Amino acid sequence: MIRDSLILAKRSVTKMFRNPEQFIDVTLQPIIMTVLFVFIFGGAVAGDTEKYLPFVLPGIIVQTIMFTSLTIGVNLNTDIQKGVFDRFRSLPISRSAPLLGAVGGDIVRHVIAIAVTIGFGAIIGFRFHTEWYSVLAGVGLLILFAVSLCWVSVLIGMLARSSGAVQGISFLIVFPLTFGSSTFVPADTLPTWLQGWVSINPVTHLIEAMRGLISGADYMAPGGNLGHEVLWVLASCVVLVAVFFPLATWAYRKKI
Amino acid sequence: MTKIIEAHGLTKRFGKTQALAGIDLEVEQGTVLGVLGPNGAGKTTAVRILATLLRPDSGTATIAGFDVVHDSKNVRRTIGLTGQYASVDEDLTGTQNLVMIGQLLDLSTVQAKARAKELLEEFDLSDAAGRLTKTYSGGMRRRLDLAASLIGRPQVVYLDEPTTGLDPAKRDDVWGMIRVLVKQGTTVLLTTQYLEEADALANEITVIDHGRVIAHDTPQGLKRQVGGQTLEVRPVLLSDVDRVTAMLASVGTREPEHPAPDLVSVPVLGDDALTTVVGRLAAEKIAVTELSLRLPSLDEVFYSLTGHTENTDGKEVAA
Repeated sequence: MIRDSLILAKRSVTKMFRNPEQFIDVTLQPIIMTVLFVFIFGGAVAGDTEKYLPFVLPGIIVQTIMFTSLTIGVNLNTDIQKGVFDRFRSLPISRSAPLLGAVGGDIVRHVIAIAVTIGFGAIIGFRFHTEWYSVLAGVGLLILFAVSLCWVSVLIGMLARSSGAVQGISFLIVFPLTFGSSTFVPADTLPTWLQGWVSINPVTHLIEAMRGLISGADYMAPGGNLGHEVLWVLASCVVLVAVFFPLATWAYRKKI
Repeated sequence: MTKIIEAHGLTKRFGKTQALAGIDLEVEQGTVLGVLGPNGAGKTTAVRILATLLRPDSGTATIAGFDVVHDSKNVRRTIGLTGQYASVDEDLTGTQNLVMIGQLLDLSTVQAKARAKELLEEFDLSDAAGRLTKTYSGGMRRRLDLAASLIGRPQVVYLDEPTTGLDPAKRDDVWGMIRVLVKQGTTVLLTTQYLEEADALANEITVIDHGRVIAHDTPQGLKRQVGGQTLEVRPVLLSDVDRVTAMLASVGTREPEHPAPDLVSVPVLGDDALTTVVGRLAAEKIAVTELSLRLPSLDEVFYSLTGHTENTDGKEVAA
């Protein structure tokens, strides 16, 4: 099963490099977002771009991960529509191998997206303000969250009729999660009603945790506690997996 | 002879549609069974059940002795599937597709590459091996699809409408490859909408309609049942149509029909009708643009077997 999953993960990665749209999602898109927010809004939000970069870069990394984790549902749905899954199912391989392969491919996608965003950040002046193990922990936390979130996308991919619909529904879910957070501006500048949502949004906590882990505590919200934020993220992962993993695998088993 | 495919009383319902209403199929090892039927007859559902992609609501099926429901893994080791649905990955090259499937079939990477190369050569795809399959033509895709289903040297191959949508030359290519497969000892279950295709390839033909078997026979027997071949003549001059109609009336088994204003068509028994007509056309100096002897179409087969034809909506038209 592990070998089959690895073979199928390799397929997923090969396809990503072949498919310009998906490749741009993990390369050009985070770069454009970084340029856009740092140089256009940075001055207005934080006074100068230098101060804004360590604040916004963790947010952009999280945003990229959020959008990348939608791809799995779209890809699975396309495979089912095109009959590629029927081919896999007619082979003597484990039923879960195509799903595990897709998740494995996703992890590679996330690592590339994180590397590109941090790499480009470094070119325009971003430096880690924390120890190396803290940065590694941050990357680990991001990937853990992404893998927990991907089951939502898998579920949508199994239930929706077309890959276009998967994309549409996923955006509806990801937009409020990503933008209704402290990604681009400190949460205390938002209206009170929105602050309520932002404070319970797990993405806010992931961003705060990332700020603490790679930019340093100075860039977290006032009174923020890194340990507290990390715990919040871990708890969200547990909830996401507890709810969506059984649903997604149930829908997958019905299809496959 | 041993029966390698045995299915009894298969039923399957999708919501309100009874796709299969109790189908029996038997195929002897090393032979070709043609499953003939119109769109929506249940051909693909039957193949998907035999390929373990669907579970039947009731009935049993075994492939080489393995039950399709309880022993699906062993069934999957025995079969290869090429179909309207099972497909190759468009974003991979021909080689990558075949190597990946080889690896999934537990070949080592080296073995999988060798097998892929061998099959690409056999199916005349070596030149396109490094190209993405989305750039392939319809005929090339079918060939790659067929190659993909043969990687594990399966004992049984399902071909679900392998030539639908191909032009005649490409169709002949695919037929040639199926014949090679059979010569190597593979058992083939072929679904098709064309009697001509079943006649050209199959040892036996099962005709299905509305999820039921309505006839099972050898191609010769089936053709006897449905009344041989159809002779069609299209004269150059519209004014000759009446003379041609009279001429065909004397050789046909039924009154000639006019499928088009300038076309005369009649069912005939035996091959000498064609020679007779050619001789008389020459004697009477009637020039023709078309003269053909063909097997009955699926519509005509159904007409003979059930007494009704099926129009394009799938609604029955009383005869």
